[in-house]
Amino acid sequence: MSEFISLFINGLSVGAVYALIALGIVIIFKATEVINFAHPSLLIVGTLIVATAHDSFGMSFYLAAPLGIVVTALIGVVIDRVLLEPFYRKQAILAAGIMTIGLSIVIDTLTTDQIGAKIIATGDPWGSSHTDFFGTALPLSRLAALVTAIVLLIAFYFWLQRSDFGVGMRAAADDPETASLMGVPLRRVSVVAWALASALAVVAGIFLVAYPSAGLDVTVSSVALLAIPAAIVGGLDSTTGAVVGGLAIGLTQVLALGYQDELAFLGRSFSQAAPYILMLIVLIIRPAGLFGTKEVSRV
Amino acid sequence: MFKLGNRRWILWAILGLIGLGLPSLLGSFWLQLGSLAFAAAIGAIGLMLLFGRVGQLSLGHPFFLAIGAYSYVWIASPADGGDSWGLGWPSLAAIPIAVVVTALAGLLLSPLSSRVRGLSLGLATLSLIFIGIWLFYTLEPLTGGYNGRNAPALTIGPLSSQGSNVAILGLPIGRTEFLWYVTLILLVLVALFTSSLLNSRVGRAFAAIRDAEVHASALGVEAARYRAIAFTLSSAYAGLGGALLAIIIQRVVPDYWGLSLSLGYLAMVVIGGMRSVVGAVLGAVFVTALPAVLQRYGESIPFVGSAGGTGIGPSVVAQVLYGASVIVILIFEPEGLVRIFARLVPRRFRRHNDAPPTAIEPVDGEPAVSQLTAGHPSAPLAPE
Repeated sequence: MSEFISLFINGLSVGAVYALIALGIVIIFKATEVINFAHPSLLIVGTLIVATAHDSFGMSFYLAAPLGIVVTALIGVVIDRVLLEPFYRKQAILAAGIMTIGLSIVIDTLTTDQIGAKIIATGDPWGSSHTDFFGTALPLSRLAALVTAIVLLIAFYFWLQRSDFGVGMRAAADDPETASLMGVPLRRVSVVAWALASALAVVAGIFLVAYPSAGLDVTVSSVALLAIPAAIVGGLDSTTGAVVGGLAIGLTQVLALGYQDELAFLGRSFSQAAPYILMLIVLIIRPAGLFGTKEVSRV
Repeated sequence: MFKLGNRRWILWAILGLIGLGLPSLLGSFWLQLGSLAFAAAIGAIGLMLLFGRVGQLSLGHPFFLAIGAYSYVWIASPADGGDSWGLGWPSLAAIPIAVVVTALAGLLLSPLSSRVRGLSLGLATLSLIFIGIWLFYTLEPLTGGYNGRNAPALTIGPLSSQGSNVAILGLPIGRTEFLWYVTLILLVLVALFTSSLLNSRVGRAFAAIRDAEVHASALGVEAARYRAIAFTLSSAYAGLGGALLAIIIQRVVPDYWGLSLSLGYLAMVVIGGMRSVVGAVLGAVFVTALPAVLQRYGESIPFVGSAGGTGIGPSVVAQVLYGASVIVILIFEPEGLVRIFARLVPRRFRRHNDAPPTAIEPVDGEPAVSQLTAGHPSAPLAPE
């Protein structure tokens, strides 16, 4: 039982990080209706900037982390303004989603080539120390991830519900034309959404490569990709869904890995497939995800 | 089926003669590359059918390619292979059976395509890739597990993909020539079948669902059924492509059927031109040939280093190039390579409706259903 509790808490803390990445995908989707397949790639870019600034240029983590976050947010802005603007104009939202797949091919190839066989540390302050968390030895980095994620998720929730920007964003997602006529600046909404979502991805990335991971290496991209099932399971247009989806994927992954001896009859690599099996099951039962808005059309 | 307008058949006849004659001129590197591209093209046509014609994205295409490949291996392998499964049937019969098996797998999963739409289906089918790799690692008697499994040679009469001493019209039919002809002939048959299918009632139903599903349903098109048909058909194509790939590469390993293969197939369809058979073929040739050609001639191109040497590796350059091609083509020329090539073809060989289509007019000159729906966004999002 204590093993289960320990795995459960670990799963929650990993899930909270997935929730942060998935929240970015949801914010972009709500603002622009574009499914950003390149979001995991942005996470890698940002984390690579932080790690390189620390590792090659000797910057302290407290300088490197904001630098990575700001630069990646700017990259997000450039993607929105330069690459996606033509699609917004033509209202070719599906093509825009495909374009982000092309973008992820380019970014992933370049970052994988850059990282190579190295394992780069970001120099985060948590190190490998543990702390006692309800009777479980939880790595300090995981606790920090959990707290940061909870604070950010709550802040975003209220900001999107209450602020003028949040209301404008939801209006833009609902009906861009009417929103525009009502004075919602659509361009600014999409720029802010991309900048914030990219920044969130870097925050998540820093936690993803912190202890117990060894650092940033090429395998991180397949971990970051789990944000996509997280966003889908929760429902692409729901911030609550991003949180629930992230936690569900994190728990599934950690539990499948933790009990892999008991699940040995399913094969060694089952834990890698488990999150995707969850996504498939959810989609078959609820095509719009757990909290997503159902598309309704009746003939 | 062969109703080609104007003088286009002359163009096709010339291309056909080139295709049949080339093996006497090309070395085995190009022949092997050609057969790989033709096999990939068959799979790409299947994806084009689903994505370009019905508007359903699938990122799970490698899963079905793999099912085709492993079915072929299983059926054609000798029956007394110890721990490995095999039926020991003739390899020529194994190909059509592999296609049927893959189509059945597609049919089994097609409820997914009638429930989830568009780009979300793409993300849903993404899960098939990871589930697939897990299955292929686990089902060792079928797939050979981590180390993979050899694919038996394809044998047709005296000819074999292992090479033979037969010569036809003075041209010796070795391994690469044999693979070139088999894949080319199958590709031509698949392309002709697809063109006639797309110009039939089924093809028009596909386009109607893609452009305006609600309207199509109102007119009596059973959208869910046609989406399932398209998904199953697309799997069948992947089954054929996968079986051929197994024969060409001779050894099948689980990791081959991963995410990068999936993105490669998507790139083929997008780069070639999302809605056309010829486009899918052009895209398949481009994506297949690019890394191989850069690998071979990398040293003579500035900035491209040799594999493992200094400079940027040729496979990295190839990946970046085709990723960037996807972006550039989507922004500037959504009709893809096929439109760019069409400009190079002399006017009198063109079909009369080959004029550049407008944004809402489908390529084949079917009535543009989407014009009816202007102002009616097909995917409304209800407020929270």
